[in-house]
Amino acid sequence: MKWEFAAKSQEKQKYVCCNADEGDPGAFMDRSILEGDPHSVLEAMTIAGYAIGANQGYIYVRAEYPIAVKRLSIAIEQARDYGLLGDNIFGTDFSFNIELRLGAGAFVCGEETALMTSIEGHRGEPRPRPPFPAVKGLFGKPTLLNNVETYANIPTIIRNGAEWFSSIGTEKSKGTKVFAMGGKINNTGLLEIPMGTTLREVIYDIGGGIPNGKKFKAAQTGGPSGGCIPASKIDTPIEYDTLVELGSMMGSGGLIVMDEDNCMVDIAKFFLEFTVDESCGKCPPCRIGTKRMLEILERITGGKGEEGDVEKLEILAKNIKASALCGLGQTAPNPVLSTLRYFRDEYEAHVRDKKCPAGVCKSMLNYIVDEQRCKCCGICARNCPVNCISGQKGVPYKIDQEKCIKCGTCLEKCPFKAIFKNA
Amino acid sequence: MEMVNIIIDDRKIQVPKHYTILEAAREANIAIPTLCFLKDINEIGACRMCVVEVKGARSLQAACVYPVSEGLVINTKSPAVREARKVTLELILSNHDRNCLTCVRSRNCELQKLAEELNVKEIRFDGDHKKLPVDDFSPSIVRDPNKCVLCRRCVSMCKNVQGVSVIGTNERGYRTIVSPAFEMSLNDVPCTMCGQCITVCPVGALKEKDDTEKVWEALSNPDLYVVVQTAPAVRVALGEEFGMPIGSRVTSNMIAALRRLGFKKVFDTDTAADLTIMEEGTELIERIKNGGKLPLITSCSPGWIKFCEHYYPEFIDNLSSCKSPHQMFGAVLKSYYAEKEGIDPSKIFVVSIMPCTAKKYEAQRPELSSTGYPDVDVVLTTRELARMIREAGIDFTELPERHFDDPMGEASGAGVIFGATGGVMEAALRTVAEVLSGKSIDEIEYTEVRGVEGIKEAEIKLEGLTLKAAVAHGLGNARKLLDKIKAGEAEYHFVEIMACPGGCVTGGGQPIQPSDVRSWIDLRKERAAAIYEEDRDMPIRKSHENPAVKMLYDEYFEKPGSHKAHELLHTHYTPREKYPKEKK
Repeated sequence: MKWEFAAKSQEKQKYVCCNADEGDPGAFMDRSILEGDPHSVLEAMTIAGYAIGANQGYIYVRAEYPIAVKRLSIAIEQARDYGLLGDNIFGTDFSFNIELRLGAGAFVCGEETALMTSIEGHRGEPRPRPPFPAVKGLFGKPTLLNNVETYANIPTIIRNGAEWFSSIGTEKSKGTKVFAMGGKINNTGLLEIPMGTTLREVIYDIGGGIPNGKKFKAAQTGGPSGGCIPASKIDTPIEYDTLVELGSMMGSGGLIVMDEDNCMVDIAKFFLEFTVDESCGKCPPCRIGTKRMLEILERITGGKGEEGDVEKLEILAKNIKASALCGLGQTAPNPVLSTLRYFRDEYEAHVRDKKCPAGVCKSMLNYIVDEQRCKCCGICARNCPVNCISGQKGVPYKIDQEKCIKCGTCLEKCPFKAIFKNA
Repeated sequence: MEMVNIIIDDRKIQVPKHYTILEAAREANIAIPTLCFLKDINEIGACRMCVVEVKGARSLQAACVYPVSEGLVINTKSPAVREARKVTLELILSNHDRNCLTCVRSRNCELQKLAEELNVKEIRFDGDHKKLPVDDFSPSIVRDPNKCVLCRRCVSMCKNVQGVSVIGTNERGYRTIVSPAFEMSLNDVPCTMCGQCITVCPVGALKEKDDTEKVWEALSNPDLYVVVQTAPAVRVALGEEFGMPIGSRVTSNMIAALRRLGFKKVFDTDTAADLTIMEEGTELIERIKNGGKLPLITSCSPGWIKFCEHYYPEFIDNLSSCKSPHQMFGAVLKSYYAEKEGIDPSKIFVVSIMPCTAKKYEAQRPELSSTGYPDVDVVLTTRELARMIREAGIDFTELPERHFDDPMGEASGAGVIFGATGGVMEAALRTVAEVLSGKSIDEIEYTEVRGVEGIKEAEIKLEGLTLKAAVAHGLGNARKLLDKIKAGEAEYHFVEIMACPGGCVTGGGQPIQPSDVRSWIDLRKERAAAIYEEDRDMPIRKSHENPAVKMLYDEYFEKPGSHKAHELLHTHYTPREKYPKEKK
């Protein structure tokens, strides 16, 4: 649809842009394409230029991807030498050039309007839509903007035909999707699956299951904008719509696997910390709202949660989602909303019982010596960085809870498993 | 005009196709709250106060920037809309220094008004508060980031309208701050002190440096002879501070109130404006006759002067050497008037009531103290004067009729129109035309230089010369005009530049009208209309016919451009760097 709109525009000057500002923590799908096959992107952008009638393309790529930048530059040079880029490509009257624009690392610049604002030389901040980029985009001209992965698919689709592409995947989600899988999983790394593959297949067949025989708890897809999918939904086929129904999203393809040792409140806090950090500051719902949500989460995980905090989180999340200016803000509450949806009991345990069921939130955690098991060897005391463990031969050791910083060293070092966490 | 049909809150209406939802709602008498929106100046959809439901849209949309289209269905009051606006407002308030009781904008604060209108009675989402240093190093403008709501109206005004761009958004996310670069003070950056940022600020984050206490102190000092002068634009705006309609003429009330405040004499800066015309007109004629530097550019607007010194130093020689009228007046009061009345000039304390914040800076310029004393001791803005009147318990609307004091209370209509863009040009033309022809001319309204068009050009047939003139108001327009002259694309004899869009009537020191007023009513036109009415009612409308001015030349200055006039009424300018090499 974007292509069609841009093609239909009567404007003389049009642009083709590639979003290579991959910013999700731990995701590197685009990077692998840019480093491995930069020509696929160049070829697709040229095709796009031909399709919509543009003669200039920009690739907005993170400066933190030096190898990608280098290989893209080389590829552009090579394409020029072969006459695949530049004036009168293949002796036709079609001319197309591509330039690189390096992003300074702001996550928000992955949002399409912020990306264009940044290319224009301004502070990378989103602007309201409509007008949509295909109507009024870069420098106010019709602009076609797609992600690296989308472009990389174009040449093969054209070569093999749309039917071939549609034959992969499901009715509503065609083709394949690349994920960067990480977290509590045996096989980490990139994987490409046909749409419709279930989460179970991804985690157990491809990922090789959860290490140390632990129990699978949830998977986070879509990075900081996505949500957590609980173990109970592990047989859901991965499609655009199904993920959204579950309160998550496909996003760029981050996939983080969590096991029973992960605290879901802590996970929500982690992602929110990221969005608070990366909010551009233009609209109050995102600028102040996510900060307030984070403060509440810090309170809850810090053992100071108050009655009503969970409800406040819900009100904030709902309204930030509804009223933030751009996609970053509108999706920022997703990790909180999805964990609230599937793991509300964990939030309540933190707030009401001041307990972290997964034993992650340090403030609510005590390390205790099991006097029956303690052999009084003193290894724990010698390794304690704050000297808060005392005892002697014949007298079981004891941890001073006031001084303890809950680093977990004693538990790790005890050769007799005499120290345990009391969450 | 192409129209579209839309449904807004279940009402079918037809509106022009280029309208936004906000404009369409206005047409249907539906009020939508706004905060960052300022028509034509700041339309960025940032604050999210104006969100509405648009059928088919995934999230709520900002009415101020969402274009209407055929068949659009809008709900401006659904539960989701009401809740979202309230939560957003509570969030803004949660990070706002809510010392409303002692805030300069109390009762005239757009945020306060929103809280009242949206019935926000508690702030559910309190948390960390920013605590940043207040920048009060500038003689004109105080910036309090703790009150800033980051609406960016000031940024747009400074950058897009004025073309100065000394404030912008720095840092990001929750740490975002509107400030000069590198956390510098406004005093250390090439700020022109025009104060337009203040007039668009919805809250008390930007305000003038309050000098009222200095004036109260002087008034209570029995050793001082405290006199006051008022600029032409003040009398057509001061009434707004007391709930009077925009464009009310309150000259008499203003004089009466100043007398009640205890000023020994109340003078009219317009008299000095007439004096300026005599000096500047003479300068123009001489430059034209003797092949001097052309175009001659007016020098009444201190914001413009500072802009020129920072950004266009190559035009310094084009500037008229005339001091601005109130500085001339100060110099005259501390020389001629002091001698005539037998008052020790060191005891004369001159207060200027100006529509301007840049005049505060101007009054501090060391070169503007030709008598050995500062020409002007304190400059108060129109707003500060209103504050003094309120503090003194004076009922502004119920005051006896009063006139300016003689011998220098007499002014002409030419002096009055100095307050609007094109006014200095027109006043000069009224005099120059007669001086050159030696005849009395009845056609004195040069309407081609009036109005709010950004750059106005005119060719005026004078005796033996077709005078090419240009008028620019707003520094962004000044930039355009100067670039054109620089590129050799235009040639003029005489150019008038005023720093503020609309001229002094909408100066940085004038009463502040909220966005929902000034977005839809052109303050520049309304206040200028009052100025031109004032002019029409004046018995004398040409500067050179002002008896006070004649007397000054007869008794003291001899003739325009004389040695003494140069000593007291003229000044010089200094090229200034944009950013100092070392942070002060």
